[in-house]
Amino acid sequence: MFGIHYRLERKSITLVLAIMVVASIGGLIEIAPLFTIDETVETDPNMRVYTPLELAGRNIYIREGCYACHSQMIRTLQDDVDRYGHYSLAVESKYDHPMLWGSKRTGPDLARVGGKYSDAWQVAHLTNPRSVVPQSVMPKYRWLNTTELQTTYLGEHLKAQRDVGVPYTDAMIANAPADAVAQASPDGDTQGLVKRYGPATQVRLFDGDKRTVSEMDALVAYLQVLGKLSKAAQAPEPAGK
Amino acid sequence: MAVTERDPHTGHQTTGHEWNGIKELNTPVPRAVWLFLILSALFAVGYWILMPAWPLGRTYTHGLLGVDQRTTVTRIVERAAQERSAWTGRIAALDYNQIRADPALMKIVREDGHRLFGDNCAACHGINATGGKGFPNLIDKDWLWGGSPDMIAQTIAVGVNSSKSKDTRVSQMLAFGRDGILDNNAVLAVTDYVLSLSDPAHALGRTAQSVAAGQAVFAANCVACHGPEGRGNQALGVPNLSDRTWLYGGDAQSVYTSVYDGRQGEMPAWQNQLSPVDRKILVVYLLDKGASRR
Amino acid sequence: MISGLTLSERQAAIAILILGTMIGIVMAAAAAMRADAMEIHGYIVALYSLGLLAVVLRGYFAPEPDDTRLASYYDDPSKAGIILSMAWAVFGMFMGVWVALLLAFPDMTFDTAWASFGRMRPVHTTGVIFGFGGNALIATSYHVMQRTSRARMPGQFSPWFVLLGYNLFCILAVSGYFMGITQSKEYAEPEWYADIWLVVVWVTYLVLYLRTLARRKEPHIYVANWYYLAFILVVAILHIVNNLAVPVSFAGAKSYSAFSGVQDAMTQWWYGHNAVAFFLTAGFLGMMYYYLPKRAGRPIYSYRMSIIGFWGITFFYMWAGSHHLHYTALPQWVQTLGMTFSLMLLIPSWIAAANALLTLNGAWDKVRDDATLRFMMMAAVFYGLSTFEGSFMAIRPVNSLSHYTDWTIGHVHSGALGWVAMITFGSIYALVPWLWKRERMHSPALVEVHFWLALAGTLIYVFAMWNSGVLQGLMWRTYNDSGTLTYSFLDTVVAMHPYYIARAIGGLFFLTGAVVGSYNIWMTIRQPAPTVAPPGDEPVLAHLEPAE
Ligand code: HEC
Ligand code: HEC
Ligand code: HEC
Ligand code: HEM
Ligand code: HEM
Ligand SMILES: [Ca+2]
Ligand SMILES: [Ca+2]
Ligand SMILES: [Cu+2]
Repeated sequence: MFGIHYRLERKSITLVLAIMVVASIGGLIEIAPLFTIDETVETDPNMRVYTPLELAGRNIYIREGCYACHSQMIRTLQDDVDRYGHYSLAVESKYDHPMLWGSKRTGPDLARVGGKYSDAWQVAHLTNPRSVVPQSVMPKYRWLNTTELQTTYLGEHLKAQRDVGVPYTDAMIANAPADAVAQASPDGDTQGLVKRYGPATQVRLFDGDKRTVSEMDALVAYLQVLGKLSKAAQAPEPAGK
Repeated sequence: MAVTERDPHTGHQTTGHEWNGIKELNTPVPRAVWLFLILSALFAVGYWILMPAWPLGRTYTHGLLGVDQRTTVTRIVERAAQERSAWTGRIAALDYNQIRADPALMKIVREDGHRLFGDNCAACHGINATGGKGFPNLIDKDWLWGGSPDMIAQTIAVGVNSSKSKDTRVSQMLAFGRDGILDNNAVLAVTDYVLSLSDPAHALGRTAQSVAAGQAVFAANCVACHGPEGRGNQALGVPNLSDRTWLYGGDAQSVYTSVYDGRQGEMPAWQNQLSPVDRKILVVYLLDKGASRR
Repeated sequence: MISGLTLSERQAAIAILILGTMIGIVMAAAAAMRADAMEIHGYIVALYSLGLLAVVLRGYFAPEPDDTRLASYYDDPSKAGIILSMAWAVFGMFMGVWVALLLAFPDMTFDTAWASFGRMRPVHTTGVIFGFGGNALIATSYHVMQRTSRARMPGQFSPWFVLLGYNLFCILAVSGYFMGITQSKEYAEPEWYADIWLVVVWVTYLVLYLRTLARRKEPHIYVANWYYLAFILVVAILHIVNNLAVPVSFAGAKSYSAFSGVQDAMTQWWYGHNAVAFFLTAGFLGMMYYYLPKRAGRPIYSYRMSIIGFWGITFFYMWAGSHHLHYTALPQWVQTLGMTFSLMLLIPSWIAAANALLTLNGAWDKVRDDATLRFMMMAAVFYGLSTFEGSFMAIRPVNSLSHYTDWTIGHVHSGALGWVAMITFGSIYALVPWLWKRERMHSPALVEVHFWLALAGTLIYVFAMWNSGVLQGLMWRTYNDSGTLTYSFLDTVVAMHPYYIARAIGGLFFLTGAVVGSYNIWMTIRQPAPTVAPPGDEPVLAHLEPAE
């Protein structure tokens, strides 16, 4: 064995090839089957896609690095389930490019935070967390209220998402900017939006301000849909204690 | 292997090479290393046989133990619920006063209530339930919707203005200024009048005239909800304006904003998120906290 | 430094820098039309290229180096790399302290977007891992591969291209996070164009390494080079696969990763874990295998242990990534593999650590007296400790407690401060006098000071995080007798506060040490060179041959 190596270490290219082979095995065996074993991702025929506004909000979530403090992955552990609800299923992040499971919980898990609090609370909290939770160590995100959401290129975003496998239709892509505005303007024309994304689409004045569609609208719309795209994990009834 | 020399310090031979002065000893691998390598590999193999481990194209080896993390946790959660049923059944069956009279149950209520409240309610009502701007204090005996246990339970279950429940309670304070129902002078006047209700001194001096004008505006627009003396209406969740407890603040600016922009505080409905027992615990927890506050 | 380049190399540099300037301008112009933050990156690329262009042009007419250069090693890029590495160290650790303080005093963001925790945390991690660690790896690998091959690098241009190109990548990465440009994948946050640029740089690095090896005068490739090679090769594979993404537009920064959900998670942690393995471990083991025996003046304890350690690490590590996803929606079979391979991984890891420590047999008196060697010894100890801890944390039930908590952060920094930073400081203190031909560091006493600051800082940091991590993990899962959870999440946030302050103090110690070290290195460089060159680390020059 050491004799073989004695010869191997004299040939740089052979050494390179040996390293590449030895190092590739683990990844191949662990990753490739995740695409072939059906059981890996549960099926949910009613799985919804993110609306353009929610997707824009998700991008803000990424931009601000919320994932550095918040996980979106409830583990199969009793205390995780007792605190945050049903453990996360793979299908729930099926359309998440990239996934935001997180690796640190400086703040609580957000996998099911959608609908837990009111829009007004989310806005107040993001504007200044300590105004509502004095003990919080979360940063303030005041500028989200005053920054208008950039909607012009949302169609291209949806298209890129479709390229990586999210089933956005041509109509969704064509109407993306308008749909984003509509979702945050309950008094406007929201019919097309609801038709395209389904009756469960939440159309609200998320940031409480009629004048513009702000980044706050988008981020709150995203937070409020977390855990709601798929109902696969929803327990039929809250397990009575 | 090539010509070698011996290291005087360890007595081991070198491999005979030198790289810019660095040499290597050809010391044999200690027996313990092989032993631990083998032991760790044996452990791994054993673990693979027992647990789900190796992929096989479209499936994988499930392991002799048939363990699966999902069924495991489901079982644990169910068993825990069963163990708790020793007391959850009693909480469900007893009425509020009976629970409060039972020290053993109250110990559980206080413990569990602290956690339930901390993870679900403290974000708005504060960790001590004392509330904040726009979020009512829940232990001050001043209730928007009435302080009876049933009323509190109802609020928690269906929420107020909640988008999560069809049966939610509704409470809307109109945007009198923004929606043009009242002109700005009228809003200013009624603000002064409202302030005078809890602070009679406010009706004196400079603002006396404005207060009088405000009273007329109030009579025409507000009494329907807040009542002739501004004492509010718990059936509609309308706050009392004549006391010194304020939901959105009792300074002139806050009151003005309440009247100008209106208020539609939202309390989420918890009936789909917390079990009936959880909610009952929260009601008792709040009553208990309120009672113990001097 | 330009005087070291041949005329054709100067011309190649000018051509590439003009190209770089143009690419930068095109990026900026395209992004400007969409008001995309990539515009700033375009300017950075252009300015960076222009600045270097100015340097090259100023030296353009200097006389060409004569062939006597070929009788020596080419060390200018190593010198630059060490200075860059120390600059990044101070910057990255300063950011670390700031980030640590943010968790204790969250309003230190001054209400600005760029200073918020989520944006600054990757600035810290990238600054230290890629800025500090990466530059140190490049600088030392150049030095080591030439010495152990007894061959000069094949040219003077590509080492500069790799070093400076790599630093451009780091600058794009860090400036991007401040502006909110990120892919969110930990340790792979830079966007698609920076990723592509790194591929170009990295392939050049590999080719440079292989060409130098091809010129070697030693029949055998020394173990340090195995590790450096594995570092370069595997990081290339990991980087390319994990960064597969579709840009929204070539005129904008944003892209969407090719994989989603569970597959994306597994790919990310296959990458993330092996970034630890091949960036933070293999590369630095290469460093250790050269500078430690050299400084100690002792032969490597066991060639055979080197072999088992190397191949064990290379093989086992690649399976271990799924220990970052225990109990998640990742299928359990993958978690099983991750856990078992992480356990087996401990053996080769300890072999490597033991091989280093046993090499010191016969030199322990030097360890006592020489803070530089003590840095390396302590690094090997922390390497052993953090790999033991890592394998322990990879056990599923243990991970159920540690995951998501500060325990992970404690483990990271016992590896990062105790192992990565200490081996780097030790190697740099050994290397600086050799490279600049000084008898010794400006002040050995300050090296001693640095050692104790670093050790104290590491211990304070790690103990604070062990405490807070275990406390937090336990609080999350504590049940009352009645079978209900005891603590709300907010209770745990409050409980962390004192530990966050302690951690910041530990970090401040460590940062102070790095500042002291930088000062010492700077003073060593500024010291006048002795008239008679002191014994360097390169007695074997004679056999060098002219480059092709
Ligand atoms: C420095 C770490 C940190 C960062 C960065 C951070 N948070 Fe938080 N977050 C916390 C902490 C701690 C809490 C718990 C205390 C509180 O409610 O404020 C929290 C709570 C929350 C909650 C309430 C969760 C619940 O169930 O109670 C939401 C929603 C939230 N954060 C969203 C965000 C978003 C969106 C971002 C990014 C724009 C973000 N956070 C960034 C630390 C952070
Ligand atoms: C998103 C913020 C929010 C959360 C979370 C929240 N509440 Fe409320 N709650 C409110 C608001 C706002 C009101 C006042 C509604 C109104 O204007 O009538 C309120 C009112 C109440 C009332 C009625 C007070 C009164 O004076 O009649 C009770 C009782 C109450 N909340 C209990 C709870 C409990 C228990 C929880 C947790 C399970 C909870 N709340 C969580 C926002 C919240
Ligand atoms: C349709 C019923 C309705 C009418 C009419 C109404 N209010 Fe209200 N008012 C409410 C409700 C309900 C609230 C509590 C809103 C909440 O909890 O978010 C409220 C809240 C307020 C508050 C804030 C109290 C606090 O504690 O901060 C003020 C001040 C107030 N009203 C003044 C007025 C005045 C002045 C008028 C007439 C111009 C008026 N209201 C008319 C329903 C009404
Ligand atoms: C002055 C010294 C340092 C301080 C004060 C410091 C501080 C921090 C802080 C506060 C975090 C964030 C932890 C959290 O999110 O809770 C962090 C993360 C991190 N740091 Fe450091 N750090 C220091 C040095 C280093 C060094 C030298 C390295 C690497 C060589 C390093 C590598 C990392 C990594 C990899 C993470 C991310 C850990 C994870 O995501 O799990 N740090 N550091
Ligand atoms: C035998 C070797 C090692 C093993 C088995 C190991 C294992 C682990 C485990 C189990 C985690 C926690 C994953 C989680 O719960 O999220 C982790 C995190 C980490 N380890 Fe190690 N570790 C080893 C060595 C090292 C070394 C030497 C370093 C050097 C710096 C290091 C750096 C890290 C980093 C940076 C993380 C954080 C990743 C993240 O979440 O961002 N590890 N490691
Ligand atoms: Ca992490
Ligand atoms: Ca990237
Ligand atoms: Cu790992």
